[in-house]
Amino acid sequence: MSNPANNAAAMTRSASSAPAVSRKTVLTVENLEAWYGESHILHGVNFNVTEGEVVTLLGRNGAGKTTTLKSVMGIIGKRTGSVEFEGQNIIRTASDKIARLGVAFCPEERGIFASLDVRENLMLPPQVREGGLTLDQIFELFPNLKERLNSQGTKLSGGEQQMLAIARILRTGARFLMLDEPTEGLAPVIIQQIGQMIARLKQQGFTILLVEQNFRFASTVADRFYVMEHGRIVEGFANSELEANMDKLHTYLGV
Amino acid sequence: MQALYAQLLVGLINGSFYALLSLGLAVIFGMLNIINFAHGALYMMGAFVAYFLLQYSGLNYWWALILAPAIVGLFGILLERTMLQWLTGLDHLYGLLLTFGIALIVQGLFQNYFGSSGLPYAIPDLLKGGVNLGFMYLPIYRAWVVVFSLVVCLATWYLIEKTQLGAYLRAATENPTLVRAFGINVPLMITLTYGLGVGLAALAGVLSAPINQVRPLMGADLIIVVFAVVVIGGMGSIMGSIITGFALGVIEGLTKYFYPEASNTVVFVLMVLVLLVKPQGLTGRAA
Repeated sequence: MSNPANNAAAMTRSASSAPAVSRKTVLTVENLEAWYGESHILHGVNFNVTEGEVVTLLGRNGAGKTTTLKSVMGIIGKRTGSVEFEGQNIIRTASDKIARLGVAFCPEERGIFASLDVRENLMLPPQVREGGLTLDQIFELFPNLKERLNSQGTKLSGGEQQMLAIARILRTGARFLMLDEPTEGLAPVIIQQIGQMIARLKQQGFTILLVEQNFRFASTVADRFYVMEHGRIVEGFANSELEANMDKLHTYLGV
Repeated sequence: MQALYAQLLVGLINGSFYALLSLGLAVIFGMLNIINFAHGALYMMGAFVAYFLLQYSGLNYWWALILAPAIVGLFGILLERTMLQWLTGLDHLYGLLLTFGIALIVQGLFQNYFGSSGLPYAIPDLLKGGVNLGFMYLPIYRAWVVVFSLVVCLATWYLIEKTQLGAYLRAATENPTLVRAFGINVPLMITLTYGLGVGLAALAGVLSAPINQVRPLMGADLIIVVFAVVVIGGMGSIMGSIITGFALGVIEGLTKYFYPEASNTVVFVLMVLVLLVKPQGLTGRAA
């Protein structure tokens, strides 16, 4: 197998020629290894994300996608290798400091707090930079939340909880978002809404690293894909190369 | 009737101490997952610091009300930084044993230097005397203790339930990892929470100094009842701790009037009944 990181880098260059903006690399992950207690989950992960892109990590359950996001966020106890965010190596940085640099994370389980109402959940993450979405902009994206502000956080429907989980990190001014399976367990109409939202965020210049099992959804929003298997990146290609890679994808994902 | 009202007042005063102490225990348990057996010793230290301030620095009761919780709170922060923080993620039993050991050491040291008999602490001039309400004689200091404790409890409730800082605290109780990943310094918050809980215990100690004497074992006697109060109220709720604390003080007082023989056991009988019917406590969230 050829080095997937090199493939990916070459492909980034070709993909970045589409919109005419100067692009810099936001995130560079090199040789990342991570452990949950005794079990070795990531065995040298290499990939990068360029400003303004939506990049999706694909792969089967247990391939290490979520662990990759958590390692970037600094919430996996033992990790080695290099994670560079905007030129700064954050592999040894505590997660609260990483968040303060402008990295925002929306976990798979959504992490809505039961002892907080919707407003408190929404206002919980502190502002880390200027230029986060205002409440009005958030309510424009997620009109449902406005009517439920005083409800207990966990009384919302699954879709609403997902909206809330994403909405609260948009307020903070972070421009790099990591979304872990935002469509999991949601109805098609809600998935569509989330797709539209991601498209709008991309338009507004957010950089998004997405983990998805739902390949069809990912193919509608992502600029590039990486495929993970057994704690490594095994493949990387641009959305335009999707057709050509379908057979391989079917093998990797078993879809 | 006079005796009934007098016992009611005693009950309210004990209830004030129960509430202040169980509130601190609940907050500490929520954030640190530690059953703080040192709470009684820290309450005792609050009373002793008030005594020292008066004896050696000439700083009166009003100063002690501010300084003793701050000083003992700092001592608590030191305990948390040097010892308790290493227990994160371990079984409850370790925290219980460690804090129980700390309590024994602290109480032993004070007994060694000050004996077991009580040291007197005078009621401040401003709060001396009493008012005759017609149906009973109300000592002003005792009324002050009840009202002031209630205000402090409600202020703590407000801080935790209604402010942004309180929202961080409640959220970190549920999921500290995620709250930290939002950019909040959770370890610092945990330390300060322990300081706050300890400060509340020390404040109760200062309030108690003029009523009960300042004794090395004053906390050891009280804390057993306070743990029963916490079990009855449940650990989960701030308002629950406050209401249960005051209510059990009053129930104890009433028992002293109607059936004095049971007054020392009524809280424990209630505890057994509550455990039989609702093991997570009256206001506790299911574990």
